[in-house]
Amino acid sequence: MRPQDILIPTPAGLCCKPGNFHIDPVRPVERAVITHGHSDHARAGHGAVLATRETLDIMRLRYGENFAGSTQAIRYGEEIRLGDVRIKLHPAGHVLGSAQIAVSCRDTCIVASGDYKDVRDPTCAPFEAVTCDVFITEATFGLPVFRHGNAAGEVKKLLASVALFPERAHLVGAYSLGKAQRVIALIREAGYDAPIFLHGAMEKITRYYEAQGIPLGELRPVRGTKKADLAGIITLAPPSATSDIWTRRFPDPVTAFASGWMRVRARARQGGIELPLVISDHADWDGLTATIAATGAGEIWVTHGQEDALVHWCQTQGLAARPLDLVGYGDEEESEMPAEGEYT
Amino acid sequence: MNRFAALLDRLAYEPGRNNKLRLLEAYFRDVGDPDRGYALAALTGALSFKHAKPGLIRDLIMERADPVLFALSYDYVGDLSETVALMWPKVGANYNESFPGYPPPQPSPASAFARRRASADKRGEGAERSRELTANSNSSIKDTAAAHATLSVPSPLVGQGGGYRGLDASEKARSDNLHNSPPSPTLTEVVTTLRTLGKTELPRQLARWLDELDETGRWALLKLVTGAMRIGISARLAKTAAANFGAKDPHEVELIWPGLSPPYTDLFAWLEGRGDKPVNLDPAPFRPVMLAHAIEDADFAALDPADYVAEWKWDGIRVQAVAGRDALDHLQVRLYSRTGEDITNGFPDLVPSLHLPGAIDGELLVVRDGRVQSFNVLQQRLNRKVVSPKLIKEFPMHLRAYDLLADGDNDLRELSFAERREKLEAFVSKLDDSRIDLSPTISFESWESLRDARADPSGAGAGEDAEAVEGVMLKRRDAPYLPGRPKGQWWKWKRDPHIIDAVLMYAQRGHGKRSSFYSDYTFGVWTASEDGEQLVPVGKAYFGFTDDELLQIDRFVRRNTTEKFGPVRHVVHEPHQGLVLEVAFEGLQRSTRHKSGIAMRFPRINRLRWDKPPRDADRLETLEKLLNQDAAEKLATSGSH
Repeated sequence: MRPQDILIPTPAGLCCKPGNFHIDPVRPVERAVITHGHSDHARAGHGAVLATRETLDIMRLRYGENFAGSTQAIRYGEEIRLGDVRIKLHPAGHVLGSAQIAVSCRDTCIVASGDYKDVRDPTCAPFEAVTCDVFITEATFGLPVFRHGNAAGEVKKLLASVALFPERAHLVGAYSLGKAQRVIALIREAGYDAPIFLHGAMEKITRYYEAQGIPLGELRPVRGTKKADLAGIITLAPPSATSDIWTRRFPDPVTAFASGWMRVRARARQGGIELPLVISDHADWDGLTATIAATGAGEIWVTHGQEDALVHWCQTQGLAARPLDLVGYGDEEESEMPAEGEYT
Repeated sequence: MNRFAALLDRLAYEPGRNNKLRLLEAYFRDVGDPDRGYALAALTGALSFKHAKPGLIRDLIMERADPVLFALSYDYVGDLSETVALMWPKVGANYNESFPGYPPPQPSPASAFARRRASADKRGEGAERSRELTANSNSSIKDTAAAHATLSVPSPLVGQGGGYRGLDASEKARSDNLHNSPPSPTLTEVVTTLRTLGKTELPRQLARWLDELDETGRWALLKLVTGAMRIGISARLAKTAAANFGAKDPHEVELIWPGLSPPYTDLFAWLEGRGDKPVNLDPAPFRPVMLAHAIEDADFAALDPADYVAEWKWDGIRVQAVAGRDALDHLQVRLYSRTGEDITNGFPDLVPSLHLPGAIDGELLVVRDGRVQSFNVLQQRLNRKVVSPKLIKEFPMHLRAYDLLADGDNDLRELSFAERREKLEAFVSKLDDSRIDLSPTISFESWESLRDARADPSGAGAGEDAEAVEGVMLKRRDAPYLPGRPKGQWWKWKRDPHIIDAVLMYAQRGHGKRSSFYSDYTFGVWTASEDGEQLVPVGKAYFGFTDDELLQIDRFVRRNTTEKFGPVRHVVHEPHQGLVLEVAFEGLQRSTRHKSGIAMRFPRINRLRWDKPPRDADRLETLEKLLNQDAAEKLATSGSH
């Protein structure tokens, strides 16, 4: 069986005809298998949704009880038959509940990895490289200039700044789902145990992480805190809020942003960031290329991001590779870049 | 080197002056000699070695990277040094190898199954290798490993699948591998090696260091060796930070600075209270300058005209011209900017004129045929890499003296202004040089008569030089020469600026404290075009307004945005709708960088004209007329040459 008979890109997203479902569809479909809870991958309005319990919970938190006609939870490693195919979920290491979806039909196995990272994250299950024939990889950081380095070192940088400027507030922009909690967990690992403050938009999801048994230390809402009391403390906020009028409640804030994009200076400067922290929930260049090699796949499909460079690299390695040209992914993060805050 | 790199990295993003000082002070505290001294030298521009050319850096990366991947990366990053710093391969890796630990998959068209087997086998070796890497790693790796050990992943999170789970170990090795095993070079090693390194050895040495440093370290190294620091730190600021670190007055450091040399161990010993204050043995030292306050109308009531001497305020470059005899009795001559930077090399034509030991405070001007030229003319003489004979001939430098700080070996700074002025007059006449003259005083009876003189300098004694007058200076007769900006001693009373009414067109977020405000404004004036009347941008201003006005403009911008481009907002600017800004500026220049062909000098927002509809704002013709007046005057002077 040819791989493209199993999975094929369509305007709604990756479609599995023999299994009659879509993976991370960007339009409402009858049956969807969802890799993780970020809004560009997990959208409301599908008929039936199959995902990990955590992903389903996160969708419920974001979209309300009736986000889909019906839902079914599946554990990592559990195999399910859908039509003529078997699917199995493996941890993607991206955010809590994130999964790669292995789709097998007869003797051919395709892994749609969604978004993934192959480095340690105390807030989610570690990435597993899955042996397959076709590996579908993201390419968010698909250029050799993206090497994320050691996240603990970046957190050290943040804490050094907090120590040096005790009279200033430290405002850390981080995506609400996954990044924020990972940054908090890393800050705790570095030995910082003072309360960490949260922007209202990330309270719910962070409390959910805690409810799942992930210790994050003492967290407090910014809401209702006096300006003077915000000096010398760390606050996490969605990136868009860190350049918004919301920041005027903080004393002389140091604006940080935790993102793989912070590796490139022009990107950091553009966003008015004073303390870029290179902490990413996506694999960096070395991670992408190492993972591709580790899957043993002979054919690589590349999607959302810098497809050209990664496709080129695969070809120099003797692998068949092509860009998938799927649209609609990466939106959550782009929209969370601190470009604009609304004034209402 | 990595600590220095971290400092540069942080400074490059920090907009606030006081915060920059804090970062620098913390660095001087944390880092010992001689590294911190070389850092101070790097930041003050006191290091001298042959800089590496961009071509050399490009060659280095081309030997190590896939050209297609380099091109895509460079295109994305936009800066050569940064691209190279980021994509520099880790030690032992080669671009046609995949990741160390993972051998390249076989390019042969073997069956998927066979390939899988092969790479699964190889993966075993990879895991071995990563264990080795972990074993002989440095302390930061231990930290990570310790974090790993103490970490307890809650059980519901652990995957239950049977998939391959081998990346954990190699991931650690991979991220740790960024902190390479050979110790990275210290700043001292880099600086001292670069000083003595031959040209042919440079590429190999550079490559070795790049192998040993992390991303930020490589970036800083490349900035250092290419001589393109550009991180928004002036020499003055770096010296001030050193002074603050030792709780000394920055002027004290400035005074002894010319006698010091990298790595400044004597300076740091003094700053830390471990040593005596270094003695400045420089025969022609810089002396911290005295500055004036801008006078406000309300200030005059408390001032007696009889206490003050008035002079023209020249629109040139404040300079301190110092000559002194060294140990061999040779006369050393130096020109310093008002911040103490040595600018002698830019003005060799003035050096022979300073043939008597002393220190003159004065203004650098271009004088052609006895007539002072405008700042626009002077500007063409500034910031030149090479000062050609042609340049010297066309833009002859002149020093207009208004104070004398030292006469021979005598320090005059304790004397009153009136006494120093007498000595200055004698000194200048003894110099007897056509390139150096006295800045004349203006006689006035009352503040009113001085106001008249300021309004009409050419009628009040400045004559043809009036074009280079930008106001008047008031100096207390009894004031000693005090460094800094002492209250009530010297006042500047600037000529009224040019004023136009322009329309706000675009707004951009500010930096630091202002990052939540739209505080940078691009404004335009009307001009006729093929499509009818339209606004053309003529300048950008980001100060002049009060905090309250900033809030008002910010609110206006947010409510009247028609389009957004990243951090820039396009603000409504129609004949009947928009915000008129009264913009003050000091002068105009032709510019090819702006669509309007005009660049403003020192533009600022003077007032918000909520009362004025945009259609009544000024027109480009008004500015052109102003510019042409200037140009006509300039033409007349150079024509007579």
